[in-house]
Amino acid sequence: MTLETMILTMSSGMIEAMKIFGLTVLGSLPLGMIVALLKKSRFAIVRWFISVYISVIRGTPLMLQLLAWYFGPYYLFGMNIGNWRFPALIVGFVVNYSAYFAEIYRGGIESIPVGQYEAAEVLGYTPTQTFMRIILPQVIKRIMPAVTNEVITLVKDTSLAFSLAYAEIFSLAKQISASQASFTPFIIAGIFYFVANYVVAFIMKRIEKSMDYYK
Amino acid sequence: MILQMNNIRKQFDGLEVLKDISFGVDSGEVVSIIGPSGSGKSTLLRCATFLETIDGGEIWYMGEAAARTDASGHAVYVGKNELRRFRSYYGLVFQQFNLFPHYSILRNLIDAPIEVQHRTRDEATATAMDLLRKMGIEDKADAYPYQLSGGQQQRVAIARALAMKPEILFFDEPTSALDPELTGEVLKVIRQLADENMTMVVVTHEMSFARAVSNRVLFMDGGVIVEQGSPEEVFGNPQEERTRRFLSVFER
Repeated sequence: MTLETMILTMSSGMIEAMKIFGLTVLGSLPLGMIVALLKKSRFAIVRWFISVYISVIRGTPLMLQLLAWYFGPYYLFGMNIGNWRFPALIVGFVVNYSAYFAEIYRGGIESIPVGQYEAAEVLGYTPTQTFMRIILPQVIKRIMPAVTNEVITLVKDTSLAFSLAYAEIFSLAKQISASQASFTPFIIAGIFYFVANYVVAFIMKRIEKSMDYYK
Repeated sequence: MILQMNNIRKQFDGLEVLKDISFGVDSGEVVSIIGPSGSGKSTLLRCATFLETIDGGEIWYMGEAAARTDASGHAVYVGKNELRRFRSYYGLVFQQFNLFPHYSILRNLIDAPIEVQHRTRDEATATAMDLLRKMGIEDKADAYPYQLSGGQQQRVAIARALAMKPEILFFDEPTSALDPELTGEVLKVIRQLADENMTMVVVTHEMSFARAVSNRVLFMDGGVIVEQGSPEEVFGNPQEERTRRFLSVFER
């Protein structure tokens, strides 16, 4: 196999990895906020459920969770879902990352001084207005560094999709390496990940900068 | 009466902070509340502005009851939306300013009038610019709070409260977070508002200011109003031993 075909084959794997990455970001950023808000619910049962969810997700390996989502429906419930590999991956990643984002959001929300809520309340803002107009913009600015960290980790975590034999770049690298008895595919994969994260870090930095106008 | 509070009771974890306090504020009146820390004066202000819920008693604004005591002696508030309407009657200036850091100075002043009171942007902006001019900081309209000195931030906070066109303005130790040199510029603005007959209640440790500006002074200690009267009466000829002892600290 020439280097060119190797790179070409692996590029398609990179596209698959980016699909996992993109869908996970799109799903878990908003879902994490919902989880963070539910954790402050006035119903104790909801708060308890969210706490269990977060501690299970954080306490078990993501790879295990992916396997559970993929094989669980069949082995636990005897369900045969066609084409379940990719959906299972996305569900696994979104559910996992939502828990981490929820904790980041919660920390951000709790770091806003109570005076901001009181000022908004006295001015007559509704609780929803207060959150959307006053609290959330400040939370986003404060959590950006932590979110950047998570997002960069996610780019690398997409490689865990190999555990479901999904043909993303890492799975392909392993296959090609084995069949060609070559280490080159891993070097190519490493470069791909590095470049992807360089781009991600650059974009996140730009977003952070755009909020630099206030302190 | 703009504000009338009757028999206000409030406890925190069994500790009585306000013990059966009654007081009212007439239109155009400037009332100063003085007293040692922990005397309940800030809590009284926070109860008047609904930031704390009273346990018992009545709160009236403009002849309308916001909270009343039911048969069992517990305070019952009007509904949430009703309460929000009451908030348009008053403004509150905090010790820590609490400006919105992500909004420009102008936006701090116009956001609530537009979003809460549904006034037009043009009208809200015109009002805001007038207020900034009055505060002597119209050149800061496009700046952000962190770029201003503490004294300027507090003047913005006063303007933000006034932009809502309240009937009464509360100040919770408005100069306690400021350097002595910045205190003066904030007090000057409050004095100017007093000259324009703005109704105000000021919790303060600035005795000479309280004496010069207020129509009435309340001395609070241990959750009760120990003494009240004109500044001349309270400062010049205090009747209660507790008041004399408190004021003597400031004369040294």
